[in-house]
Amino acid sequence: MKKYSYFPGCSLKGLGRAYEESFLAVCKALNIELKELEDWNCCGATAYMAIDEHHAVALATRDLALAEMNSTEDLLAPCAGCYLVLNKANKYLAKYPRIGGTVRQALAEEGLKYEGRIKVRHPLEVLLNDVGLEAIQQKIKSSLRGLKVAPYYGCQIVRPYAVFDDQYNPTSMDKLIEATGAKVVEFALKTKCCGGSLTGTLAKVGQEMCFNLLHEMKRRGAQVVATACPLCQFNLEVYQREIAARHKEDVRLPILYFTQLIGLALGLPKKALGLQRQIVAADRIPAECRAENPI
Amino acid sequence: MLRIEREIRYEAERDRSFADEIKKMPGCELMDRCIQCGTCSGACPVSIFMDYTPRKVIELTRSGFKQDVLKSTTIWLCASCYACTVECPKQIGITDVMYALKQKAIEEKVYPPRFPIPVLAREFFKMVRAKGRIAETKLAILLFLKTQFLKIFGMQRLGIDLLRTGRFSPFSLIFPESMKDPAKLTRLIDRLDAKLNSRELEARLESGNPSRPCCPGGAK
Repeated sequence: MKKYSYFPGCSLKGLGRAYEESFLAVCKALNIELKELEDWNCCGATAYMAIDEHHAVALATRDLALAEMNSTEDLLAPCAGCYLVLNKANKYLAKYPRIGGTVRQALAEEGLKYEGRIKVRHPLEVLLNDVGLEAIQQKIKSSLRGLKVAPYYGCQIVRPYAVFDDQYNPTSMDKLIEATGAKVVEFALKTKCCGGSLTGTLAKVGQEMCFNLLHEMKRRGAQVVATACPLCQFNLEVYQREIAARHKEDVRLPILYFTQLIGLALGLPKKALGLQRQIVAADRIPAECRAENPI
Repeated sequence: MLRIEREIRYEAERDRSFADEIKKMPGCELMDRCIQCGTCSGACPVSIFMDYTPRKVIELTRSGFKQDVLKSTTIWLCASCYACTVECPKQIGITDVMYALKQKAIEEKVYPPRFPIPVLAREFFKMVRAKGRIAETKLAILLFLKTQFLKIFGMQRLGIDLLRTGRFSPFSLIFPESMKDPAKLTRLIDRLDAKLNSRELEARLESGNPSRPCCPGGAK
């Protein structure tokens, strides 16, 4: 049994709760034990950096301190935003003693201490390197053979701090998807930005970026998209109607989390994987696998 | 009416202290290395919507054209995708430069009224300070109420979709996602503010310029 600390972040308790549900279910099935940080706070996301870097680092460091004071395990952050921010805080603490000093003093007054030992990791890396493809393949109960999946990494897992994958052509998710039996659709935009919060602030700009992605995924024959970030998932899924109307093009594609696909292949019940939370339903997935592949 | 304005700036109009200030901020230290190659603008997925491309923003910033950069759409369009940062052949933290410029613009309030992106940053700041966590749907509704009120009526279908799939519950508007004890985080932020204020005061006294009061984002 492998053990980790777990930082869900706000999205996994909110709009992206299917990511948490499927992640927890997959971990359980693969014998991974997670311990959620006690009374964690928001990591600060991109918004806090736009206000003040000390505040941004302080928020993330409080979470790192909670992890360090309670265990020695690595900290898993499935949300791409949290993953980047927590890693960034680790870098800033080491690189900028002035910021680190102020932040640590404020934390100390609250009885918290962080020495910089916590390694922040993404589930993609853990499933690939700690669990391993072979161990996953051995537990596959219902292969997704025949299903064409576009793996979409987005920005913040691979840029700028990813240590476990290539920044230009990441393949960790590709390998995990192939382990489920599904076929990976090659497409060049797998790390191109979905627009992040622009879809909510400057909708036209954000949706234009989503259109480029959906158009390319569909053109390459994807039947479903795998994501590893709650904001990517949301952006690509919920604006499809508006995008289709604006561009007069069918962009309908179910947008799943990679953990949901792995869960399906492990034979976990759909409800445990949060599949009922899809706005663009992914009901046809198992049927599609069988139709494509009668064996 | 023909608008006639001077298109050329005199060197004396440049604000060099602004350039120096930005260059001291984290990630911005290497700005002087920029060779104006434009790799950042080419890598940027939003540059086609910007008034100044990232390359121009770097040059304008380090040359001290403060008002031009702080009023540009560029800094708000940056979605923090870090494509420029990893592509830059001189290792300049261009995304961090954008953060530094956003901070300055918010501090000096040089953006159009009700412009959604700085409003979002400030509402986000306030919600985390108060609750320790973000309730996304509540934040989105707040943002629309404060910036583009009428557009909220075009969002019903999305709202219904989110309700139907259980990704959002109206209950969470009254009892939003929160830390068990959010006061812990409010206290931490206030302690940090006190330290930053006293440090800034010291710095200002040293430089003999006791002008600007410090309150991050003017958010309180």
